[in-house]
Amino acid sequence: MLREIRPAIVLSLVLTAITGLAYPLAMTAISGVIFPEQAQGSLIEKDGKVIGSALIGQEFKSDKYFHGRPSATPAPDPNDSTKTVSAPYNAANSGGSNLGPTSKALADRLKEDVDKLKAENPNVAVPVDLVTTSGSGLDPDISPEAAQFQVPRVAKARNISEDQLRQLVASNTQGRLFGLLGEPRVNVLALNLALDSASAK
Amino acid sequence: MTMIGWLQIILFCVIIVATTKPLGWYMTRVFNGERTFLSPVLRPIEAGIYWISGVDERREQHWLTYTVSMLLFHIGGFLIIYGVMRLQAMLPFNPAGQSAVAEDLSFNTAISFITNTNWQNYGGESTVSYLVQMLGLTHQNFLSAATGIALAVALIRGFSRASMRTIGNFWVDVTRTTLYVLLPICVVYCLFLVSQGMPQTLGDYVEATTLEGAKQTIAVGPVATQVAIKMLGTNGGGFFNANAAHPFENPTALSNLVQMLSIFLIGAALTNVFGRMVCNQRQGWAILAVMGVLFVAGVTVTYWAESNGTSTLQALGLTGGNMEGKEVRFGIVASSLFAVVTTAASCGAVNAMHDSFTALGGMIPLINMQLGEIIIGGVGAGLYGMLLFVILAIFVAGLMVGRTPEYVGKKIEAREVKMAMLAILVLPLMYLGWTAVGVVYPAAVASMANAGPHGFTEVLYAYTSSTGNNGSAFAGLTGNTLFYNLTLASAMFVGRFFMIIPAMAIAGSLAGKKTHPPSAGTFPTTGGLFVGLVIGVILIIGGLTFFPALALGPIVEHLAMNAGNVF
Repeated sequence: MLREIRPAIVLSLVLTAITGLAYPLAMTAISGVIFPEQAQGSLIEKDGKVIGSALIGQEFKSDKYFHGRPSATPAPDPNDSTKTVSAPYNAANSGGSNLGPTSKALADRLKEDVDKLKAENPNVAVPVDLVTTSGSGLDPDISPEAAQFQVPRVAKARNISEDQLRQLVASNTQGRLFGLLGEPRVNVLALNLALDSASAK
Repeated sequence: MTMIGWLQIILFCVIIVATTKPLGWYMTRVFNGERTFLSPVLRPIEAGIYWISGVDERREQHWLTYTVSMLLFHIGGFLIIYGVMRLQAMLPFNPAGQSAVAEDLSFNTAISFITNTNWQNYGGESTVSYLVQMLGLTHQNFLSAATGIALAVALIRGFSRASMRTIGNFWVDVTRTTLYVLLPICVVYCLFLVSQGMPQTLGDYVEATTLEGAKQTIAVGPVATQVAIKMLGTNGGGFFNANAAHPFENPTALSNLVQMLSIFLIGAALTNVFGRMVCNQRQGWAILAVMGVLFVAGVTVTYWAESNGTSTLQALGLTGGNMEGKEVRFGIVASSLFAVVTTAASCGAVNAMHDSFTALGGMIPLINMQLGEIIIGGVGAGLYGMLLFVILAIFVAGLMVGRTPEYVGKKIEAREVKMAMLAILVLPLMYLGWTAVGVVYPAAVASMANAGPHGFTEVLYAYTSSTGNNGSAFAGLTGNTLFYNLTLASAMFVGRFFMIIPAMAIAGSLAGKKTHPPSAGTFPTTGGLFVGLVIGVILIIGGLTFFPALALGPIVEHLAMNAGNVF
């Protein structure tokens, strides 16, 4: 058995160096050359400043923008480091609500959000993704129905026609890949950027 | 449930069946030490590694030496992870300025990664530096996966050899698996993931100013290299807290499909390696069929339950299924399929929060793990776990007809059956025992996030997942406490090694036996009867063991939900 000691130590170190350093560092270099934008995090710049990532959702509260899904991400409480406070779309601390199907807290939250949305647009059924939190709390997308649902509010706030907005939503809707994989969706940040540039014209 | 949803599930199954044979062929050549198309590049590196570490690749090991080598290797891995986590504040590649990780959390994480569990009590982007992600976690993702595969190959050699004392050389098996199987796939896979939008950078976290003028800190890092091996090696520990639900860790529907495929890829191919090594590929297909039937049954239930949603959602007129904790780009079907795949295999990555699944939708992942993660299972671990059940099924068949049971030419005798039972019984002892403690010990009860039966399920899920070396969680449970860090670590340790040691003992004992050619009285182990029998044994043993616990958790929760109760 004693002759297994040397491989145990040396082989551990060699394989660690290969898989833990050589592989990630080499792939970082290669990725940076072949896919520089993706490797950096698909960042979007406007006037030279980073305004976010195409893949990471951000919080929209203003009536003039389409809103994303509710987010359950926390941040450390500045007053008490053992506790956390709600910090929607905290991209440095991802996570979901983890509330279960029989959770009273979840039932109450859903009811409150549904009531709020019904008051905003009483004519259409509330889309489920607009009141449920995502797994990451950073979901960049909403369903096309959730975008259409918000059209009357945004149209009113921006004083643009609903038809124009519906076209904008349609042109920002991504379908299933090969017509099969995933779900149809609208990237909220991309839609809002398109909205800003459409309004600026 | 929709037609397009089912088409996605069928596409997944078809690709897995299609890759099983070619990858099985390639891996068999690797484990037999034969030349492959990568040999011109990798053979010199391999030889150099043996030379520097003093390994004689032609010297084979007795099963005990093989097992001890494996344990020594893990001590090394443990020390590296623990050390890097404790010292991360002083080491390079720490742009976010993470401070040293606490003793109990470092201990838990080190055990978690050497046992291929990758339970996430650590918070990814909020706790550990890039160096820990690479040198601690990525490296052990490779080596714990390579170890699992090596052990499965050693057990297969037990079946395929006759009258021999040795079952291979652990160092050679681990090195060849890492160099010829895991690394080449990961290099290609990693580039694919980056092309889909996964970051791979050593730069700082990005400070963005959002459209509405708020500040957003966006965590990035060397994500793709870790995610590639985390999936391929069925490790599952996330770069980010939210794991594969995080848009950076799973950017598109295509990356999601490929990630699910890569979880099953090697485990499925190992059934073919088994068939090839015992010189009858149909033996491998029979095992894959057992796995396939149980898998499709699980997918059906979870997909159905998640599509139906919860009574809370229905009462508010919300249709479209249970989207709480799920991402829009995956929707109901890809989230349900992922949950079943990740728990059937011992991966534990999640692309949706299992804690927010419906009671029955979340019960299937739990059952998958309680069955011992033998439906494809962890790389290697799934196959040796399944072979233990096969031994039991063959034993039961032998009892029924009154003949000494045989499997692929080997007589299955008292020693093998005892060892198989030992491995199969230790697991429920761990997860049921610790759950019993967890639901009465006050400090443990305080960790539950949900009240009522769901809180019980959170604890049961935690110990089941850690004993099964899965690593997925009902993540509401606050696991980063002294109690959970230590008890979960013990469950992971026992769940891994008390399965491995009996399996290796069986390998040693089988290798020493003669091979008997099949006779008219031999029970054929390639047909539908055999497949049905193994499934029956798995469900009866599994069902008797954990059904009472399920009745207290998800089943009662489902009934309460239908009665309109909330907690």
